[in-house]
Amino acid sequence: MLMEVKTLFDKIWDNHVVHQIENGPNVLYIDKHFIHEVTSPQAFAGLKERGIGVYRPEQTVATADHNVPTQDQHLPIKDALSRHQVDTLIKNCDEFGVELYGLGHPYQGIVHVIGPELGITQPGMTIVCGDSHTSTHGAFGNIAFGIGTSEVEQVLATQCVLQRKPKTMKIQIDGVLNKGVVSKDIILYVISKLSTSGGTGYFIEFCGSAIEGLSMEARMTICNMSIEMGARGGLIAPDDTTFNYIKDREFAPKGELWERKLAYWKTLKSDKGASFDKEIHFKAEDIEPMITYGTNPGMGIGVSETIPAVNGQSDVTLKKALEYMDLTGGSQLLGKKVDYVFIGSCTNSRIEDLRMVADLVKGKKKAEHVNAMIIPGSKQVEKQAVTEGIDKVLAEAGFELRQPGCSACLGMNEDKVPKGKYCVSTSNRNFEGRQGPGARTMLASPLTAAASAITGHVTDVREMLN
Amino acid sequence: MEKFKTLKSTCIPLPLQDIDTDQIIPARFLKATTREGFGDNLFRDWRYKENDHLNPDFILNQPGITGDVLVAGENFGCGSSREHAAWALFDFGFKVVISSFFADIFKNNALNNGLLPVQVSNEFLNLLFEKIQADPSTEVNVSLEDQEISIAGTDFKESFEINPYKKYCLVQGYDDIDFLISKKEEIKEFEDNRLEVAR
Ligand code: SF4
Repeated sequence: MLMEVKTLFDKIWDNHVVHQIENGPNVLYIDKHFIHEVTSPQAFAGLKERGIGVYRPEQTVATADHNVPTQDQHLPIKDALSRHQVDTLIKNCDEFGVELYGLGHPYQGIVHVIGPELGITQPGMTIVCGDSHTSTHGAFGNIAFGIGTSEVEQVLATQCVLQRKPKTMKIQIDGVLNKGVVSKDIILYVISKLSTSGGTGYFIEFCGSAIEGLSMEARMTICNMSIEMGARGGLIAPDDTTFNYIKDREFAPKGELWERKLAYWKTLKSDKGASFDKEIHFKAEDIEPMITYGTNPGMGIGVSETIPAVNGQSDVTLKKALEYMDLTGGSQLLGKKVDYVFIGSCTNSRIEDLRMVADLVKGKKKAEHVNAMIIPGSKQVEKQAVTEGIDKVLAEAGFELRQPGCSACLGMNEDKVPKGKYCVSTSNRNFEGRQGPGARTMLASPLTAAASAITGHVTDVREMLN
Repeated sequence: MEKFKTLKSTCIPLPLQDIDTDQIIPARFLKATTREGFGDNLFRDWRYKENDHLNPDFILNQPGITGDVLVAGENFGCGSSREHAAWALFDFGFKVVISSFFADIFKNNALNNGLLPVQVSNEFLNLLFEKIQADPSTEVNVSLEDQEISIAGTDFKESFEINPYKKYCLVQGYDDIDFLISKKEEIKEFEDNRLEVAR
């Protein structure tokens, strides 16, 4: 019998289709559902209106991350609206029997950081969350994507979501990364080539020797930002790096079940000859440290390159972006004075990111005028940083290490970048006002961000290495 | 969910590409726990200057510009998955958004809230922008039944795609959760038959 040749994405998707609506979306079964305080209250309210409960509460995990302070987390939240939102989550989880890792819990943290570090995120699963960066979990070889609140309600009510099957894209990156280039640079480079809508309608599989060589943390950074190309999500086939990462984590399968799951996970890869709707190849050697100049993540350049010039009438979007950023087309970003440095977010707040920063800034001091903030992704990352003495290294270099949360990634709490100020940020979005009204964000890797904090201006980190 | 069949209305033009959901509704206004009231902060940082003064240059603040239809540049609704963006547009009074391309999650969110995303060709979009600029009282006719959009008083029209299931939902005012709940038996059966290793 001829075996059907399938992509990894198709294998996992097909395993989760409960029902196909003719000419319509699929009823897709969801293995793990993460929820947080901002996009869940209206979904729970919907359940109450319908008089129904959560169908599979044990498959849902909650945390408070988007709208929490990053200082004095043991005290009541000052802002009344934020406090009410977090309290609503506590009440809802209690009432509907959902496990909550709220403020003060040793597992609390950014939802896309805690799922993987607790071993909840595993290969072959379907995972959703009311947050677009759910794509992060795809680094473990699963289908993970962000959903809206109506869909959160669907999953709470039925453990299923209605979804059309996306098209598949393969992005292959081969070769060896240049010095000073890390996974954030890879993904900023890819988005700059494909634009913010280049992946719309697709689910992307990342592969190639440059990807295989990455750690799990680095792979998560790549999948995290696949949404910034408009893609539903990104995934990477699981391998020994993946299995070693998961093994022995809190919620990882143990003993005999581990062996059986491992055997299954090893089958999770695209078959030879499987066809994708689109395939793109890049060379790792072509990538240099990246930074963005504009107001969407596709507006990125190599740190030594010049900002594109506005070309006539058609470039209204670029013109508006450069006006907002107060930058001139044709000039360089290198040397531009920096006011803030933000190291954090579900893109770059894992222990590896903090280690990378600590290694670079050890024995150095940040520039006087720079406000440098580091927000660990979770309580566990924070604890590990203390165990390794990273907290001391950072403090000596003048960086402020705060408590876990989304923080200035989205500017929902009081961590904001003031109007008109320039911030080199390791987060994922440089939209107008994303880090606070009028804030000017330049996205970059933790290395570039840390280097810029030291010198006080946009810096090519390669000059600081060796 | 409200039903949608046809609409005839003037339009509000926003000829920018890649309008993200952070612009539609900034994160600091996402603290509510209900679906109502987000319209007040729709396009907040474009509509208001500092100190909460209205920005007279922004289209929503210009006299004589009204309508239930928003016309926007390519890749509308990219970025954050916040459904609050669809709620804000709907709460403000929009029933239809026209663009030459919509971001995935936004499109789903809009459809789940009775806000119709109408995807047209770039040519049609540019033509519509031109017509509105020349005459702000230009109206469009949107028929969901016929999946057709036309510029009133002209021969310019175009058909648009919509998934038959979604069309049915909108016309009936029926939502996905009703449908999924009706499939509970099948979901249970699926769960019972799954391989343990694949869970
Ligand atoms: S860190 Fe930023 S991108 Fe990540 S989940 Fe939080 S708000 Fe979203």
